Amino acid sequence: MNKRGEMLTGLVIAVFLVLVLSPILYNFAVGNARSVPDLKPPPGGEKQCVESKEWMRGNHMQLLFDWRETVVREGNRTYRASDGKEYNMSLTSECLSCHTNKDEFCDQCHDYLKVKPYCWDCHIVPPKENA
Amino acid sequence: MKVLSALVAVAVLVLIAAIGTGLAPLQYVFGVVVPYAAFAVFVAGFVYRVAKWAKSAVPYRIPTTCGQQKSLDWVKHSKLEAPHTTGQVVVRMLLEVFLFRSLFRNTRTNLEDDDDGGKKLVYTSSKWLWLGGITFHLAFFTIVLRHLRFFTEPVPFLVQSVEGVDGFFQMTLPALYQTDLVIVGALTYLFLRRLFDPKVRYISLANDYFPLLLILSIAATGILMRHVWRVDVVGIKELAMGLASFSPTVPDGIGTLFYIHLFLVSTLVAYFPFSKLMHLAGVFMSPTRNLPNNSREVHHVNPWNYDVKVHTYAEYEDEFREVMKAAELPVEKE
Ligand code: HEC
Ligand code: HEC
Ligand code: HEC
Repeated sequence: MNKRGEMLTGLVIAVFLVLVLSPILYNFAVGNARSVPDLKPPPGGEKQCVESKEWMRGNHMQLLFDWRETVVREGNRTYRASDGKEYNMSLTSECLSCHTNKDEFCDQCHDYLKVKPYCWDCHIVPPKENA
Repeated sequence: MKVLSALVAVAVLVLIAAIGTGLAPLQYVFGVVVPYAAFAVFVAGFVYRVAKWAKSAVPYRIPTTCGQQKSLDWVKHSKLEAPHTTGQVVVRMLLEVFLFRSLFRNTRTNLEDDDDGGKKLVYTSSKWLWLGGITFHLAFFTIVLRHLRFFTEPVPFLVQSVEGVDGFFQMTLPALYQTDLVIVGALTYLFLRRLFDPKVRYISLANDYFPLLLILSIAATGILMRHVWRVDVVGIKELAMGLASFSPTVPDGIGTLFYIHLFLVSTLVAYFPFSKLMHLAGVFMSPTRNLPNNSREVHHVNPWNYDVKVHTYAEYEDEFREVMKAAELPVEKE
Protein backbone atom coordinates (compact mmCIF):
# COMPACT_ATOMS: atom_id res chain seq x y z
CA MET A 1 0.00 0.00 0.00
CA ASN A 2 1.37 3.41 -0.89
CA LYS A 3 1.12 6.67 1.02
CA ARG A 4 -2.08 7.69 -0.71
CA GLY A 5 -3.75 4.38 0.06
CA GLU A 6 -2.76 4.56 3.71
CA MET A 7 -4.19 8.04 4.06
CA LEU A 8 -7.42 7.07 2.39
CA THR A 9 -7.87 3.98 4.54
CA GLY A 10 -7.17 5.97 7.68
CA LEU A 11 -9.65 8.60 6.64
CA VAL A 12 -12.42 6.11 5.85
CA ILE A 13 -11.97 4.28 9.16
CA ALA A 14 -11.67 7.49 11.19
CA VAL A 15 -14.77 9.09 9.69
CA PHE A 16 -16.70 5.87 10.17
CA LEU A 17 -15.74 5.57 13.82
CA VAL A 18 -16.52 9.21 14.59
CA LEU A 19 -19.94 8.98 12.93
CA VAL A 20 -20.89 5.68 14.49
CA LEU A 21 -19.73 6.58 17.96
CA SER A 22 -20.97 10.17 17.86
CA PRO A 23 -24.11 9.65 20.02
CA ILE A 24 -22.00 7.93 22.67
CA LEU A 25 -19.36 10.66 22.57
CA TYR A 26 -22.06 13.35 22.60
CA ASN A 27 -23.76 11.92 25.68
CA PHE A 28 -20.42 11.52 27.36
CA ALA A 29 -19.40 15.11 26.63
CA VAL A 30 -22.53 17.26 26.94
CA GLY A 31 -25.35 14.83 27.50
CA ASN A 32 -27.58 14.25 30.43
CA ALA A 33 -28.34 10.57 30.01
CA ARG A 34 -30.09 10.08 33.30
CA SER A 35 -32.76 12.75 33.06
CA VAL A 36 -36.03 10.91 32.65
CA PRO A 37 -39.47 12.59 32.78
CA ASP A 38 -40.80 12.59 36.30
CA LEU A 39 -44.56 12.92 36.02
CA LYS A 40 -46.76 14.09 38.86
CA PRO A 41 -50.34 12.84 39.21
CA PRO A 42 -52.99 15.55 38.72
CA PRO A 43 -52.93 18.01 41.62
CA GLY A 44 -56.72 17.84 41.91
CA GLY A 45 -56.44 14.33 43.31
CA GLU A 46 -58.15 12.50 40.43
CA LYS A 47 -57.15 8.86 40.28
CA GLN A 48 -58.18 7.77 36.82
CA CYS A 49 -57.37 9.14 33.37
CA VAL A 50 -59.84 9.01 30.50
CA GLU A 51 -58.58 5.58 29.59
CA SER A 52 -56.10 3.31 31.33
CA LYS A 53 -52.74 4.87 32.07
CA GLU A 54 -50.81 2.37 29.91
CA TRP A 55 -53.08 3.02 26.97
CA MET A 56 -52.90 6.79 27.41
CA ARG A 57 -49.11 6.76 27.45
CA GLY A 58 -48.93 5.46 23.92
CA ASN A 59 -52.23 6.53 22.43
CA HIS A 60 -53.24 9.92 23.81
CA MET A 61 -52.49 11.57 20.45
CA GLN A 62 -54.86 9.16 18.75
CA LEU A 63 -57.52 9.97 21.35
CA LEU A 64 -57.04 13.69 20.80
CA PHE A 65 -57.17 13.17 17.04
CA ASP A 66 -60.46 11.31 17.36
CA TRP A 67 -61.85 13.92 19.73
CA ARG A 68 -60.99 16.69 17.31
CA GLU A 69 -62.58 14.84 14.40
CA THR A 70 -65.73 14.07 16.34
CA VAL A 71 -66.17 17.58 17.65
CA VAL A 72 -65.22 19.55 14.58
CA ARG A 73 -66.64 17.27 11.91
CA GLU A 74 -69.59 15.65 13.65
CA GLY A 75 -70.48 18.23 16.29
CA ASN A 76 -70.61 15.60 19.00
CA ARG A 77 -68.91 16.66 22.23
CA THR A 78 -69.50 13.72 24.53
CA TYR A 79 -67.06 10.86 24.78
CA ARG A 80 -67.99 7.61 26.44
CA ALA A 81 -64.85 5.99 27.84
CA SER A 82 -64.42 2.24 27.96
CA ASP A 83 -65.37 2.25 31.66
CA GLY A 84 -68.67 3.97 30.79
CA LYS A 85 -67.76 7.39 32.17
CA GLU A 86 -68.58 10.40 30.03
CA TYR A 87 -66.16 13.16 29.16
CA ASN A 88 -66.45 16.48 27.38
CA MET A 89 -64.17 16.11 24.35
CA SER A 90 -62.01 19.16 24.79
CA LEU A 91 -58.29 19.62 24.81
CA THR A 92 -58.17 22.60 27.11
CA SER A 93 -61.20 22.14 29.29
CA GLU A 94 -60.92 18.37 29.75
CA CYS A 95 -57.30 17.17 29.58
CA LEU A 96 -55.94 20.29 31.19
CA SER A 97 -58.67 20.39 33.86
CA CYS A 98 -56.98 17.45 35.52
CA HIS A 99 -53.45 17.87 34.20
CA THR A 100 -53.51 21.52 35.18
CA ASN A 101 -49.82 22.12 34.74
CA LYS A 102 -49.06 21.60 31.07
CA ASP A 103 -45.39 22.52 31.47
CA GLU A 104 -44.77 19.86 34.04
CA PHE A 105 -46.96 17.19 32.58
CA CYS A 106 -47.40 17.19 28.81
CA ASP A 107 -44.26 19.14 28.06
CA GLN A 108 -41.93 17.07 30.18
CA CYS A 109 -42.47 14.04 27.99
CA HIS A 110 -42.61 16.05 24.82
CA ASP A 111 -39.34 17.84 25.56
CA TYR A 112 -37.71 14.54 26.35
CA LEU A 113 -38.53 13.32 22.83
CA LYS A 114 -38.59 16.70 21.16
CA VAL A 115 -42.17 16.43 19.98
CA LYS A 116 -43.73 19.83 19.57
CA PRO A 117 -47.49 19.53 19.25
CA TYR A 118 -48.64 22.49 17.20
CA CYS A 119 -52.03 22.47 18.95
CA TRP A 120 -51.03 25.40 21.17
CA ASP A 121 -50.68 27.68 18.16
CA CYS A 122 -54.46 28.05 18.49
CA HIS A 123 -55.61 26.35 21.67
CA ILE A 124 -55.19 28.26 24.89
CA VAL A 125 -53.21 27.00 27.82
CA PRO A 126 -55.18 28.06 30.91
CA PRO A 127 -53.14 30.44 33.04
CA LYS A 128 -51.85 28.86 36.22
CA GLU A 129 -53.91 30.09 39.15
CA ASN A 130 -51.40 30.01 41.96
CA ALA A 131 -48.26 30.60 39.96
CA MET B 1 -36.47 -20.15 -4.73
CA LYS B 2 -34.21 -17.27 -3.84
CA VAL B 3 -36.95 -14.77 -2.97
CA LEU B 4 -38.63 -17.32 -0.80
CA SER B 5 -35.54 -18.12 1.21
CA ALA B 6 -35.02 -14.39 1.87
CA LEU B 7 -38.65 -14.03 2.85
CA VAL B 8 -38.47 -17.02 5.17
CA ALA B 9 -35.29 -15.67 6.76
CA VAL B 10 -36.98 -12.36 7.59
CA ALA B 11 -40.10 -14.13 8.87
CA VAL B 12 -37.98 -16.33 11.13
CA LEU B 13 -36.24 -13.26 12.55
CA VAL B 14 -39.60 -11.65 13.32
CA LEU B 15 -40.78 -14.85 15.00
CA ILE B 16 -37.64 -15.19 17.10
CA ALA B 17 -38.08 -11.71 18.56
CA ALA B 18 -41.84 -12.10 18.93
CA ILE B 19 -41.50 -15.35 20.84
CA GLY B 20 -38.46 -14.19 22.80
CA THR B 21 -40.17 -11.10 24.18
CA GLY B 22 -43.86 -11.85 23.73
CA LEU B 23 -44.00 -15.33 25.20
CA ALA B 24 -40.68 -15.59 27.03
CA PRO B 25 -39.32 -12.86 29.34
CA LEU B 26 -36.16 -12.23 27.33
CA GLN B 27 -36.48 -8.43 27.14
CA TYR B 28 -32.97 -7.96 28.46
CA VAL B 29 -31.51 -10.26 25.82
CA PHE B 30 -33.32 -8.60 22.93
CA GLY B 31 -33.10 -5.09 24.35
CA VAL B 32 -29.50 -5.02 25.53
CA VAL B 33 -27.38 -8.11 24.79
CA VAL B 34 -28.28 -8.53 21.12
CA PRO B 35 -28.00 -4.82 20.23
CA TYR B 36 -24.60 -4.52 21.91
CA ALA B 37 -23.33 -7.66 20.23
CA ALA B 38 -24.64 -6.51 16.85
CA PHE B 39 -23.04 -3.10 17.27
CA ALA B 40 -19.69 -4.64 18.19
CA VAL B 41 -19.83 -6.94 15.16
CA PHE B 42 -20.74 -3.98 12.99
CA VAL B 43 -17.87 -1.75 14.09
CA ALA B 44 -15.24 -4.49 14.14
CA GLY B 45 -16.46 -6.06 10.91
CA PHE B 46 -16.54 -2.73 9.12
CA VAL B 47 -13.00 -1.81 10.14
CA TYR B 48 -11.82 -5.31 9.26
CA ARG B 49 -13.30 -5.16 5.78
CA VAL B 50 -11.83 -1.74 5.06
CA ALA B 51 -8.41 -2.79 6.35
CA LYS B 52 -8.55 -5.92 4.24
CA TRP B 53 -9.42 -3.98 1.11
CA ALA B 54 -6.62 -1.57 1.86
CA LYS B 55 -4.12 -4.43 1.73
CA SER B 56 -4.95 -5.44 -1.84
CA ALA B 57 -2.47 -4.44 -4.47
CA VAL B 58 -3.14 -1.40 -6.60
CA PRO B 59 -0.06 -1.31 -8.82
CA TYR B 60 -1.33 1.15 -11.38
CA ARG B 61 -4.07 3.66 -12.03
CA ILE B 62 -7.31 2.00 -13.07
CA PRO B 63 -9.96 4.75 -12.82
CA THR B 64 -13.04 4.24 -14.96
CA THR B 65 -13.24 7.26 -17.20
CA CYS B 66 -15.70 8.44 -19.76
CA GLY B 67 -14.25 11.70 -20.98
CA GLN B 68 -11.15 13.27 -22.47
CA GLN B 69 -8.17 12.84 -20.23
CA LYS B 70 -5.78 15.69 -19.46
CA SER B 71 -3.64 16.21 -22.53
CA LEU B 72 -2.17 19.14 -24.43
CA ASP B 73 -3.50 22.53 -23.47
CA TRP B 74 -5.63 22.95 -26.56
CA VAL B 75 -7.41 19.62 -26.06
CA LYS B 76 -10.42 20.19 -23.83
CA HIS B 77 -9.99 18.18 -20.64
CA SER B 78 -13.09 16.63 -19.05
CA LYS B 79 -12.32 17.31 -15.40
CA LEU B 80 -15.08 15.21 -13.86
CA GLU B 81 -15.01 12.26 -16.21
CA ALA B 82 -11.24 11.85 -16.25
CA PRO B 83 -9.97 13.65 -13.13
CA HIS B 84 -6.22 14.07 -13.01
CA THR B 85 -5.72 15.72 -9.62
CA THR B 86 -6.84 14.69 -6.15
CA GLY B 87 -9.17 17.69 -6.00
CA GLN B 88 -11.00 16.60 -9.12
CA VAL B 89 -11.21 13.05 -7.79
CA VAL B 90 -12.78 14.36 -4.58
CA VAL B 91 -15.40 16.35 -6.49
CA ARG B 92 -16.23 13.40 -8.68
CA MET B 93 -16.49 11.15 -5.62
CA LEU B 94 -18.80 13.58 -3.80
CA LEU B 95 -21.10 13.81 -6.79
CA GLU B 96 -21.10 10.04 -7.07
CA VAL B 97 -21.92 9.58 -3.38
CA PHE B 98 -24.61 12.23 -3.13
CA LEU B 99 -26.15 12.17 -6.61
CA PHE B 100 -25.31 8.67 -7.94
CA ARG B 101 -23.97 10.19 -11.17
CA SER B 102 -22.84 6.95 -12.73
CA LEU B 103 -26.23 5.35 -12.20
CA PHE B 104 -27.84 8.39 -13.76
CA ARG B 105 -26.17 7.38 -17.01
CA ASN B 106 -27.96 4.04 -16.95
CA THR B 107 -29.26 2.95 -20.35
CA ARG B 108 -31.45 0.14 -21.50
CA THR B 109 -31.22 -1.80 -24.73
CA ASN B 110 -34.29 -2.26 -26.88
CA LEU B 111 -35.16 -3.75 -30.25
CA GLU B 112 -37.41 -1.39 -32.17
CA ASP B 113 -39.06 -1.60 -35.57
CA ASP B 114 -37.15 0.23 -38.23
CA ASP B 115 -38.54 1.75 -41.46
CA ASP B 116 -37.87 -1.33 -43.62
CA GLY B 117 -39.98 -3.67 -41.52
CA GLY B 118 -36.92 -5.02 -39.69
CA LYS B 119 -35.60 -4.46 -36.21
CA LYS B 120 -32.96 -2.07 -34.99
CA LEU B 121 -31.03 -1.89 -31.75
CA VAL B 122 -31.59 1.29 -29.74
CA TYR B 123 -30.26 2.45 -26.40
CA THR B 124 -32.49 4.68 -24.34
CA SER B 125 -31.85 6.49 -21.10
CA SER B 126 -33.36 4.73 -18.10
CA LYS B 127 -33.69 6.75 -14.92
CA TRP B 128 -36.07 4.66 -12.81
CA LEU B 129 -33.38 2.69 -11.06
CA TRP B 130 -31.55 5.91 -10.29
CA LEU B 131 -34.72 7.48 -8.93
CA GLY B 132 -35.57 4.45 -6.79
CA GLY B 133 -31.99 4.20 -5.54
CA ILE B 134 -31.47 7.82 -4.63
CA THR B 135 -34.86 8.33 -2.99
CA PHE B 136 -34.33 5.21 -0.93
CA HIS B 137 -30.87 6.28 0.20
CA LEU B 138 -31.86 9.84 1.07
CA ALA B 139 -34.93 8.67 2.98
CA PHE B 140 -32.85 6.09 4.85
CA PHE B 141 -30.29 8.73 5.75
CA THR B 142 -32.99 11.10 7.05
CA ILE B 143 -34.54 8.33 9.09
CA VAL B 144 -31.23 7.43 10.69
CA LEU B 145 -30.65 11.09 11.52
CA ARG B 146 -34.13 11.40 13.00
CA HIS B 147 -33.58 8.38 15.22
CA LEU B 148 -30.80 10.26 16.99
CA ARG B 149 -33.52 11.87 19.10
CA PHE B 150 -33.65 8.56 20.97
CA PHE B 151 -29.92 8.45 21.60
CA THR B 152 -29.18 12.01 22.67
CA GLU B 153 -30.32 14.12 25.58
CA PRO B 154 -30.64 17.06 25.04
CA VAL B 155 -31.50 16.45 21.39
CA PRO B 156 -29.19 18.47 19.10
CA PHE B 157 -30.81 21.21 17.09
CA LEU B 158 -30.03 19.61 13.73
CA VAL B 159 -31.97 16.48 14.64
CA GLN B 160 -34.96 18.55 15.75
CA SER B 161 -35.08 20.49 12.51
CA VAL B 162 -34.94 17.33 10.41
CA GLU B 163 -37.87 16.04 12.41
CA GLY B 164 -39.88 19.21 11.83
CA VAL B 165 -39.25 19.26 8.09
CA ASP B 166 -40.06 15.59 7.75
CA GLY B 167 -43.46 15.98 9.43
CA PHE B 168 -44.16 19.14 7.48
CA PHE B 169 -47.67 18.26 6.30
CA GLN B 170 -48.98 17.65 9.82
CA MET B 171 -51.22 14.85 8.67
CA THR B 172 -52.35 12.42 11.40
CA LEU B 173 -51.20 12.43 15.02
CA PRO B 174 -48.37 11.80 15.59
CA ALA B 175 -47.41 13.53 12.38
CA LEU B 176 -46.83 11.35 9.34
CA TYR B 177 -43.24 11.54 8.07
CA GLN B 178 -42.84 11.93 4.32
CA THR B 179 -39.69 9.82 4.40
CA ASP B 180 -41.73 6.88 5.68
CA LEU B 181 -43.83 6.96 2.54
CA VAL B 182 -40.79 7.50 0.32
CA ILE B 183 -38.76 4.66 1.75
CA VAL B 184 -41.59 2.16 1.51
CA GLY B 185 -42.35 3.24 -2.05
CA ALA B 186 -38.72 3.10 -3.16
CA LEU B 187 -38.05 -0.27 -1.52
CA THR B 188 -41.19 -1.73 -3.03
CA TYR B 189 -40.10 -0.55 -6.45
CA LEU B 190 -36.58 -1.94 -6.01
CA PHE B 191 -38.00 -5.25 -4.86
CA LEU B 192 -40.62 -5.58 -7.62
CA ARG B 193 -38.00 -4.64 -10.19
CA ARG B 194 -35.95 -7.64 -9.15
CA LEU B 195 -39.00 -9.87 -9.25
CA PHE B 196 -40.58 -8.81 -12.50
CA ASP B 197 -37.73 -7.73 -14.76
CA PRO B 198 -36.62 -11.12 -16.17
CA LYS B 199 -33.03 -10.00 -16.77
CA VAL B 200 -32.59 -8.61 -13.27
CA ARG B 201 -34.38 -11.57 -11.77
CA TYR B 202 -31.98 -13.95 -13.47
CA ILE B 203 -28.98 -12.34 -11.80
CA SER B 204 -30.61 -11.77 -8.39
CA LEU B 205 -29.50 -13.86 -5.46
CA ALA B 206 -31.01 -14.45 -2.05
CA ASN B 207 -28.58 -11.90 -0.65
CA ASP B 208 -30.01 -9.30 -3.04
CA TYR B 209 -33.56 -9.90 -1.83
CA PHE B 210 -32.70 -10.28 1.84
CA PRO B 211 -31.52 -6.72 2.57
CA LEU B 212 -34.48 -5.26 0.69
CA LEU B 213 -36.97 -7.36 2.60
CA LEU B 214 -35.17 -6.80 5.89
CA ILE B 215 -35.17 -3.02 5.52
CA LEU B 216 -38.76 -3.09 4.33
CA SER B 217 -39.77 -4.99 7.47
CA ILE B 218 -37.83 -2.55 9.62
CA ALA B 219 -39.69 0.35 8.02
CA ALA B 220 -43.00 -1.47 8.33
CA THR B 221 -42.56 -2.26 12.03
CA GLY B 222 -41.49 1.33 12.66
CA ILE B 223 -44.53 2.76 10.93
CA LEU B 224 -46.85 0.32 12.70
CA MET B 225 -45.39 1.35 16.06
CA ARG B 226 -45.95 5.00 15.33
CA HIS B 227 -49.39 4.85 13.80
CA VAL B 228 -51.17 1.60 14.61
CA TRP B 229 -50.04 -0.49 17.57
CA ARG B 230 -48.44 2.26 19.55
CA VAL B 231 -45.69 1.61 22.03
CA ASP B 232 -44.39 3.51 25.02
CA VAL B 233 -42.01 5.95 23.33
CA VAL B 234 -40.73 7.42 26.58
CA GLY B 235 -39.73 3.94 27.77
CA ILE B 236 -37.99 3.33 24.46
CA LYS B 237 -35.93 6.45 24.83
CA GLU B 238 -34.92 5.36 28.33
CA LEU B 239 -33.75 2.06 26.89
CA ALA B 240 -31.90 3.72 24.01
CA MET B 241 -30.23 6.26 26.32
CA GLY B 242 -29.18 3.43 28.60
CA LEU B 243 -27.53 1.70 25.67
CA ALA B 244 -25.81 4.86 24.45
CA SER B 245 -24.43 5.71 27.89
CA PHE B 246 -23.40 2.16 28.85
CA SER B 247 -25.80 1.89 31.75
CA PRO B 248 -28.49 -0.29 30.18
CA THR B 249 -31.96 -0.40 31.68
CA VAL B 250 -35.02 -2.18 30.35
CA PRO B 251 -38.21 -0.33 31.34
CA ASP B 252 -41.34 -2.50 31.67
CA GLY B 253 -44.20 -2.38 29.29
CA ILE B 254 -42.49 -1.61 25.99
CA GLY B 255 -44.48 -3.46 23.33
CA THR B 256 -43.26 -6.62 21.59
CA LEU B 257 -43.43 -4.80 18.28
CA PHE B 258 -40.56 -2.60 19.42
CA TYR B 259 -38.39 -5.61 20.20
CA ILE B 260 -39.13 -7.05 16.77
CA HIS B 261 -38.08 -3.74 15.23
CA LEU B 262 -34.92 -3.64 17.33
CA PHE B 263 -34.04 -7.25 16.55
CA LEU B 264 -34.41 -6.65 12.81
CA VAL B 265 -32.19 -3.58 13.08
CA SER B 266 -29.62 -5.54 15.07
CA THR B 267 -29.63 -8.19 12.37
CA LEU B 268 -29.16 -5.61 9.66
CA VAL B 269 -26.29 -4.00 11.50
CA ALA B 270 -24.53 -7.28 12.24
CA TYR B 271 -25.06 -8.54 8.70
CA PHE B 272 -23.85 -5.29 7.17
CA PRO B 273 -20.07 -5.81 7.13
CA PHE B 274 -20.37 -9.20 5.47
CA SER B 275 -22.82 -8.24 2.77
CA LYS B 276 -23.08 -6.17 -0.35
CA LEU B 277 -24.20 -3.30 1.87
CA MET B 278 -20.50 -2.67 2.49
CA HIS B 279 -20.60 -0.58 -0.67
CA LEU B 280 -21.03 2.18 1.91
CA ALA B 281 -17.25 2.00 2.45
CA GLY B 282 -16.54 0.26 -0.83
CA VAL B 283 -17.34 3.29 -2.93
CA PHE B 284 -14.51 5.19 -1.25
CA MET B 285 -12.12 2.27 -1.42
CA SER B 286 -12.65 1.35 -5.06
CA PRO B 287 -9.62 2.13 -7.22
CA THR B 288 -11.81 2.72 -10.24
CA ARG B 289 -13.22 5.77 -8.41
CA ASN B 290 -10.54 7.00 -6.04
CA LEU B 291 -7.55 7.21 -8.33
CA PRO B 292 -6.70 10.17 -10.56
CA ASN B 293 -6.29 9.37 -14.24
CA ASN B 294 -2.68 10.49 -14.52
CA SER B 295 -0.92 7.44 -15.91
CA ARG B 296 0.66 9.50 -18.65
CA GLU B 297 1.79 12.34 -16.44
CA VAL B 298 3.34 10.54 -13.53
CA HIS B 299 5.65 7.56 -13.58
CA HIS B 300 4.06 4.88 -11.40
CA VAL B 301 6.52 2.28 -10.25
CA ASN B 302 5.10 -1.08 -9.40
CA PRO B 303 5.90 -1.35 -5.67
CA TRP B 304 6.84 -5.02 -5.73
CA ASN B 305 8.88 -4.96 -8.92
CA TYR B 306 11.74 -7.45 -8.83
CA ASP B 307 15.05 -5.64 -8.90
CA VAL B 308 16.06 -6.71 -12.41
CA LYS B 309 19.77 -6.56 -13.31
CA VAL B 310 19.99 -4.56 -16.51
CA HIS B 311 22.86 -3.89 -18.85
CA THR B 312 22.24 -0.59 -20.61
CA TYR B 313 23.56 0.23 -24.04
CA ALA B 314 25.94 2.81 -22.57
CA GLU B 315 27.48 0.16 -20.32
CA TYR B 316 27.60 -2.27 -23.22
CA GLU B 317 29.45 0.27 -25.32
CA ASP B 318 31.88 1.01 -22.49
CA GLU B 319 32.63 -2.66 -22.27
CA PHE B 320 33.10 -3.31 -25.98
CA ARG B 321 34.18 0.10 -27.32
CA GLU B 322 37.65 -0.96 -28.42
CA VAL B 323 36.42 -4.10 -30.08
CA MET B 324 33.64 -2.18 -31.83
CA LYS B 325 36.06 0.44 -33.08
CA ALA B 326 38.35 -2.24 -34.35
CA ALA B 327 35.46 -3.77 -36.28
CA GLU B 328 34.55 -0.26 -37.56
CA LEU B 329 31.19 -0.30 -35.91
CA PRO B 330 29.74 3.17 -35.10
CA VAL B 331 29.99 4.13 -31.41
CA GLU B 332 28.25 6.93 -29.59
CA LYS B 333 31.14 8.04 -27.41
CA GLU B 334 34.70 8.19 -28.65
C1 HEC C 1 -60.32 13.03 35.21
C2 HEC C 1 -59.00 13.58 35.20
C3 HEC C 1 -58.17 13.37 33.94
C4 HEC C 1 -58.46 13.78 32.67
C5 HEC C 1 -59.71 14.50 32.19
C6 HEC C 1 -57.36 13.41 31.87
N1 HEC C 1 -56.43 12.76 32.62
FE1 HEC C 1 -54.69 11.98 31.94
N2 HEC C 1 -54.36 11.16 33.77
C7 HEC C 1 -55.11 11.36 34.89
C8 HEC C 1 -54.55 10.62 35.98
C9 HEC C 1 -55.11 10.54 37.41
C10 HEC C 1 -53.41 9.97 35.47
C11 HEC C 1 -52.46 9.04 36.22
C12 HEC C 1 -53.02 7.65 36.18
C13 HEC C 1 -52.25 6.65 36.96
O1 HEC C 1 -51.20 7.01 37.52
O2 HEC C 1 -52.71 5.49 37.00
C14 HEC C 1 -53.31 10.32 34.07
C15 HEC C 1 -52.33 9.86 33.21
C16 HEC C 1 -52.14 10.33 31.94
C17 HEC C 1 -51.07 9.96 31.06
C18 HEC C 1 -49.99 8.95 31.38
C19 HEC C 1 -48.93 9.55 32.26
C20 HEC C 1 -47.97 8.52 32.78
O3 HEC C 1 -47.56 8.65 33.92
O4 HEC C 1 -47.63 7.61 32.04
C21 HEC C 1 -51.21 10.68 29.92
C22 HEC C 1 -50.29 10.65 28.70
C23 HEC C 1 -52.39 11.46 30.05
N3 HEC C 1 -52.94 11.24 31.27
C24 HEC C 1 -52.88 12.30 29.07
C25 HEC C 1 -54.13 12.85 29.11
C26 HEC C 1 -54.76 13.51 27.98
C27 HEC C 1 -54.11 13.75 26.62
C28 HEC C 1 -55.99 13.87 28.37
C29 HEC C 1 -57.09 14.52 27.53
C30 HEC C 1 -57.52 13.69 26.44
C31 HEC C 1 -56.14 13.47 29.75
N4 HEC C 1 -54.99 12.85 30.17
C32 HEC C 1 -57.27 13.69 30.52
C33 HEC C 1 -56.24 12.13 34.96
C34 HEC C 1 -56.89 12.71 33.90
C1 HEC D 1 -55.48 26.35 13.31
C2 HEC D 1 -55.81 26.41 14.71
C3 HEC D 1 -55.89 25.06 15.43
C4 HEC D 1 -54.86 24.19 15.64
C5 HEC D 1 -53.41 24.30 15.18
C6 HEC D 1 -55.42 23.10 16.39
N1 HEC D 1 -56.74 23.31 16.65
FE1 HEC D 1 -57.98 22.10 17.67
N2 HEC D 1 -59.49 23.34 17.30
C7 HEC D 1 -59.42 24.52 16.61
C8 HEC D 1 -60.75 25.08 16.52
C9 HEC D 1 -61.10 26.40 15.84
C10 HEC D 1 -61.62 24.19 17.17
C11 HEC D 1 -63.13 24.31 17.35
C12 HEC D 1 -63.44 24.78 18.73
C13 HEC D 1 -64.87 24.47 19.12
O1 HEC D 1 -65.70 24.23 18.26
O2 HEC D 1 -65.06 24.38 20.32
C14 HEC D 1 -60.80 23.11 17.65
C15 HEC D 1 -61.29 22.03 18.38
C16 HEC D 1 -60.54 21.03 18.89
C17 HEC D 1 -61.01 20.00 19.78
C18 HEC D 1 -62.41 19.83 20.34
C19 HEC D 1 -62.90 21.04 21.11
C20 HEC D 1 -62.05 21.52 22.27
O3 HEC D 1 -62.55 22.32 23.04
O4 HEC D 1 -60.89 21.12 22.43
C21 HEC D 1 -59.97 19.19 20.09
C22 HEC D 1 -59.95 17.97 20.98
C23 HEC D 1 -58.82 19.72 19.38
N3 HEC D 1 -59.20 20.84 18.67
C24 HEC D 1 -57.58 19.17 19.44
C25 HEC D 1 -56.49 19.72 18.79
C26 HEC D 1 -55.20 19.11 18.82
C27 HEC D 1 -54.86 17.83 19.57
C28 HEC D 1 -54.39 19.89 18.09
C29 HEC D 1 -52.90 19.68 17.83
C30 HEC D 1 -52.53 18.45 17.22
C31 HEC D 1 -55.17 21.00 17.59
N4 HEC D 1 -56.45 20.85 18.02
C32 HEC D 1 -54.67 22.01 16.80
C33 HEC D 1 -58.29 25.09 16.10
C34 HEC D 1 -57.07 24.52 16.07
C1 HEC E 1 -45.81 9.83 29.08
C2 HEC E 1 -45.32 10.95 28.36
C3 HEC E 1 -46.33 11.90 27.73
C4 HEC E 1 -47.24 12.70 28.38
C5 HEC E 1 -47.47 12.81 29.86
C6 HEC E 1 -47.93 13.42 27.35
N1 HEC E 1 -47.46 13.06 26.12
FE1 HEC E 1 -48.16 13.71 24.33
N2 HEC E 1 -46.79 12.58 23.38
C7 HEC E 1 -45.88 11.76 23.99
C8 HEC E 1 -45.06 11.18 22.98
C9 HEC E 1 -43.93 10.19 23.24
C10 HEC E 1 -45.50 11.66 21.73
C11 HEC E 1 -44.93 11.43 20.34
C12 HEC E 1 -44.85 10.05 19.89
C13 HEC E 1 -43.91 9.94 18.72
O1 HEC E 1 -43.27 10.92 18.36
O2 HEC E 1 -43.83 8.87 18.22
C14 HEC E 1 -46.59 12.54 22.03
C15 HEC E 1 -47.32 13.20 21.07
C16 HEC E 1 -48.36 14.03 21.33
C17 HEC E 1 -49.14 14.71 20.31
C18 HEC E 1 -48.90 14.58 18.82
C19 HEC E 1 -47.83 15.56 18.42
C20 HEC E 1 -47.26 15.42 17.05
O3 HEC E 1 -46.99 16.46 16.46
O4 HEC E 1 -47.04 14.32 16.60
C21 HEC E 1 -50.07 15.46 20.96
C22 HEC E 1 -51.08 16.35 20.31
C23 HEC E 1 -49.88 15.25 22.37
N3 HEC E 1 -48.84 14.37 22.58
C24 HEC E 1 -50.63 15.86 23.35
C25 HEC E 1 -50.42 15.71 24.71
C26 HEC E 1 -51.12 16.45 25.72
C27 HEC E 1 -52.17 17.48 25.47
C28 HEC E 1 -50.62 16.02 26.91
C29 HEC E 1 -50.97 16.51 28.32
C30 HEC E 1 -52.34 16.45 28.68
C31 HEC E 1 -49.62 15.01 26.64
N4 HEC E 1 -49.53 14.86 25.29
C32 HEC E 1 -48.92 14.34 27.62
C33 HEC E 1 -45.72 11.53 25.32
C34 HEC E 1 -46.46 12.13 26.30
